[in-house]
Amino acid sequence: MEKVTEDMIKHVANLSRLEFDDAELSKFTSQMGDIINMAHQLAEVDTEGVPETVQVVDRDTTFREDVPAKPTDRDVMMKNVPEKANGFIKVPVIIDKDDND
Amino acid sequence: MNYLNETIDSLNKKLAAGELSATDLTKETIANIKQTDQKLNAWITVDEDAKPAADLDFKKSKLAGIPIGIKDNIVIDGMLTTAASHILDNFVPVYDATVIEKLKAAQAVFVGKTNMDEFAMGSSTEHSYYGATHNPWNLDKVPGGSSGGSAAAVASGQVVAALGSDTGGSIRQPAAFNGIFGIKPTFGRVSRWGLIAFGSSLDQIGVMSKRVKDSAEVLNVIAGYDERDSTVSEKAVPDYTKFLGQDVKGLRVAVPKEYMSDAVDEGVKAAVQSQIDALKAAGAIINEVSLPHTKYVVPTYYIIASSEASSNLQRFDGIRYGYRAKDAKNLLDVYLKSRSEGFGDEVKRRIMLGSFTLSAGSYDAYFRQASKVRTLICQDFDKIWEENDVVVGPTTTTTAFGIGEEISDPIKMYNNDILTISANLAGLPAASVPAGLSDGMPVGLQIMAKRFDEGNVFKVADFVERNNKFYEQKPAGMED
Amino acid sequence: MNFKSTIGFEVHFELKTKSKIFSPSPVTYGAKPNTATNVIDWGYPGVLPTVNKEVYRLGIMVALATHSTVSPVTHFDRKNYYYPDSPKAYQITQFFQPLAHDGYVEIEVGGKKKRIGIHEMHIEEDAGKNTHGTNGFSYVDLNRQGVPLLEVVSEPDIETPEEGYAYLEKLRKIVQFTGASDVKMEEGSMRVDTNISIRPAGQKELGTKVEMKNLNSFDHVRRSLAYEEKRQEQVLLSGGRVQMSTRRFDEATGKTVLERVKEGDADYRYFPEPDIAPYHIKQEWIDEIAAGLPKSAEARFDQYVNEFGIKPYDANVLLQTKESSDFFDRAVAAGADPTLAANWMNTQVNGYLNDHRVELADIKLTPENLAKMIKLIKDGTISSKIAKKVFAETVENGTDPKEFVEAKGMVQLSDESVLAPMVKEVVDNNPQSVEDFKNGKDRAIGFLVGQIMKQTRGKANPVVVNKLLNKELQSR
Ligand SMILES: [Mg+2]
Ligand SMILES: [Zn+2]
Repeated sequence: MEKVTEDMIKHVANLSRLEFDDAELSKFTSQMGDIINMAHQLAEVDTEGVPETVQVVDRDTTFREDVPAKPTDRDVMMKNVPEKANGFIKVPVIIDKDDND
Repeated sequence: MNYLNETIDSLNKKLAAGELSATDLTKETIANIKQTDQKLNAWITVDEDAKPAADLDFKKSKLAGIPIGIKDNIVIDGMLTTAASHILDNFVPVYDATVIEKLKAAQAVFVGKTNMDEFAMGSSTEHSYYGATHNPWNLDKVPGGSSGGSAAAVASGQVVAALGSDTGGSIRQPAAFNGIFGIKPTFGRVSRWGLIAFGSSLDQIGVMSKRVKDSAEVLNVIAGYDERDSTVSEKAVPDYTKFLGQDVKGLRVAVPKEYMSDAVDEGVKAAVQSQIDALKAAGAIINEVSLPHTKYVVPTYYIIASSEASSNLQRFDGIRYGYRAKDAKNLLDVYLKSRSEGFGDEVKRRIMLGSFTLSAGSYDAYFRQASKVRTLICQDFDKIWEENDVVVGPTTTTTAFGIGEEISDPIKMYNNDILTISANLAGLPAASVPAGLSDGMPVGLQIMAKRFDEGNVFKVADFVERNNKFYEQKPAGMED
Repeated sequence: MNFKSTIGFEVHFELKTKSKIFSPSPVTYGAKPNTATNVIDWGYPGVLPTVNKEVYRLGIMVALATHSTVSPVTHFDRKNYYYPDSPKAYQITQFFQPLAHDGYVEIEVGGKKKRIGIHEMHIEEDAGKNTHGTNGFSYVDLNRQGVPLLEVVSEPDIETPEEGYAYLEKLRKIVQFTGASDVKMEEGSMRVDTNISIRPAGQKELGTKVEMKNLNSFDHVRRSLAYEEKRQEQVLLSGGRVQMSTRRFDEATGKTVLERVKEGDADYRYFPEPDIAPYHIKQEWIDEIAAGLPKSAEARFDQYVNEFGIKPYDANVLLQTKESSDFFDRAVAAGADPTLAANWMNTQVNGYLNDHRVELADIKLTPENLAKMIKLIKDGTISSKIAKKVFAETVENGTDPKEFVEAKGMVQLSDESVLAPMVKEVVDNNPQSVEDFKNGKDRAIGFLVGQIMKQTRGKANPVVVNKLLNKELQSR
């Protein structure tokens, strides 16, 4: 296992859209080090040929028929929106963009 | 109104006979909560305007007019729902969870929302934006978590039953710490529609109550198929009260040796052993078995649950609902500031862990490996089911710990769940029923069964309840 | 130095469903912002996705039409990224086990046929839309969130911009004729992302990829690829390195412009979607879908030209849309002469659609009525002049041509026993015309036809009248 460094934690924080000041960063780096170390215990389990379990549902997904339902009233949907304008959700200008295709 | 000596049956009789008015019941319940919660802090929201339905039918529904506590990660249309997080402290849902819809149809009353660890991440209810909940047996101790508010509310008699959610033990561990019954049903037995997601493949809504039968009554109402949650089973829901009062003779009971190891406190083991002895005396067949991967359940669980959580909690971005940081100048700022100010440290740790275990270079070593170990854990149980009907053991390794004792050591806190996590990883029904006291604090006996075999879980829990009559004991912390 | 290009495509098709892929809210186009949404589309806390069966069915249709192998087990995965139009901050897509894989389409460029491989195709949800204001804010509309998409990813088999163009044309036609998508680039129901890398001839490993997203038309695709080929060549020839980047095609200059440099692949943290169980696609369902698969444009072209004797140009006009081809097929099935039907479709019907800026689905003309009208022409009941009036009526009001013609007395007079005495009378009354005819003046016949038309108020069948007149005049 590679050593958990502040740079690594900064990278993961960026993926998580979280920011930390220096004191927090050093605290989180040390805690995350311990946690990742704990998680790394699994490396010792022999899982050669073992299938993955990502769900414990013992049947296929059910399907919904293609029947449209009435949409929810826009006023209802807008109730919790912090900032809005003319039926849109308003956000500060987008300066960077992830690939989102 | 205090529910320590009441059951759903006793209340239903009084209501039906007119000895008790439903309106008064709701009012007195709220009054009692407001008074006793100064000690407990079991509630985030109390709805003082709560009212029972006008057309209560006590014959049709046993829950008619009866207040039920709801954990604050289950949405109720129009009632503040925060998941104990700053990021949702102004969030008013615009729809009902399926369990709420079903309880409304059964005419239950919602008097408010119970406290919890933020986004159900924690084992002590100390990780709440609204402050820690206290254990009614000893106010200096934690009630467990994350459904600590529901557990304390039931144990102190504020309500007769409450809903909780259980991702790695969040119903059973607080049930054990508070001397009450709590059941996490099979994954896919109860709809998750309206449950604010933590670990989607592990989360399940369940019930907590002082008496076993009351949970059976509530589960009867909330279980079953839901077209809005495609992971819910179409299997018919049996009447769970039918499994109560039954003989345990010939029942094959497995006791994993890993669950009775030295890692478990002597007092806890003794209380659990006394119930196992009672089962044996009543004709149950006790088999010692092994769950060899028990050692790995904590890392497996934390990788899977945190991975799912890191993705599930991305939607809290300050854009459509919830907290938006005031001073954000651009979009990235909205994300970074809203989330960094809105989430507590434990939630941040889990998001960070999950982002790490899913990231490109770590996926195979962490998420994929954990998914494979999860298979091995499931297989350990499959083997046991070949010759056993239930697995029993302690719910927790210790009784409730002190407030502040473990909060600074995440790993120690995570290890609290070592005995409860497997049921979530394998999707099994599991419950905790009071086994007795150790140094004045309650001990829980955990019962697990095959998928969709809640019946045998209730059967054993009911036997233990009849055997030790733990419900006769009153939580010491509530006495003035 | 010689260079070789490698071109790839990721094409998104909006699948034509009534409700969204993971929520029952309606799929609309052009509705007011945020009026076609629900809590699922908004990623509200506590909501869960449910899968629209029709999305699978339409996706399987395209898989079959492109000779792809449908996966026996499929499941969804989450692609994690933050953007305001992505309410959950993840897209539910299929990453590990896509719907289908290893298909191909056949193209023809410069008379040479070539197979272009399809690496895989998967179903996923569309995002909402952001509008960027000039005042430092952006505005989010979630109506499009959850519209079902099929993403088709090509193999790196395409070597020239022309092949790329042909691939897109062919793929569009194939998808169009399954009926699974509207394939309209201008409405966004077909969206094209392309990438291109070049390498010196003889070099095995591919060069650095440059991507271009959301191009407006196939022509832009072709021009931007051609520009990139040259630009990258110049970069390499001058000793430079091509940057891994996304570029944009500038219509005004015909050049591509750097949008942003990429530093390695984005980390989307893909993992299996835990809210949806896997789905096993049974062979019986695939067979059932295959049996109901509409005929391809290729097969239709073949039938039109070889069986119906329609000119290839006209056949291609009919095949411009599946709707027009279907309409034509139904008219033929209702008994219309194929050649006449093709002429009417490509001239009068298309003319009407263009003039009124409407589509076939919007007008009252039915294939059955078109067939009836063509039968009336063919059996001489109406003249082509009358037919224009009949067409105007049936296209505007949906009137049955036969009933209309009868009610209005528009039936053409073709009965020789009625027309012969009239012809005799007209010739008798116009001796000068007989004289002119004998002197070889063809005009004379025209005059006599006009007289008969006058008498019959235009209803006489000119073919019959001509024949009778010739006979009568020659007998004098
Ligand atoms: Mg893509
Ligand atoms: Zn895509």
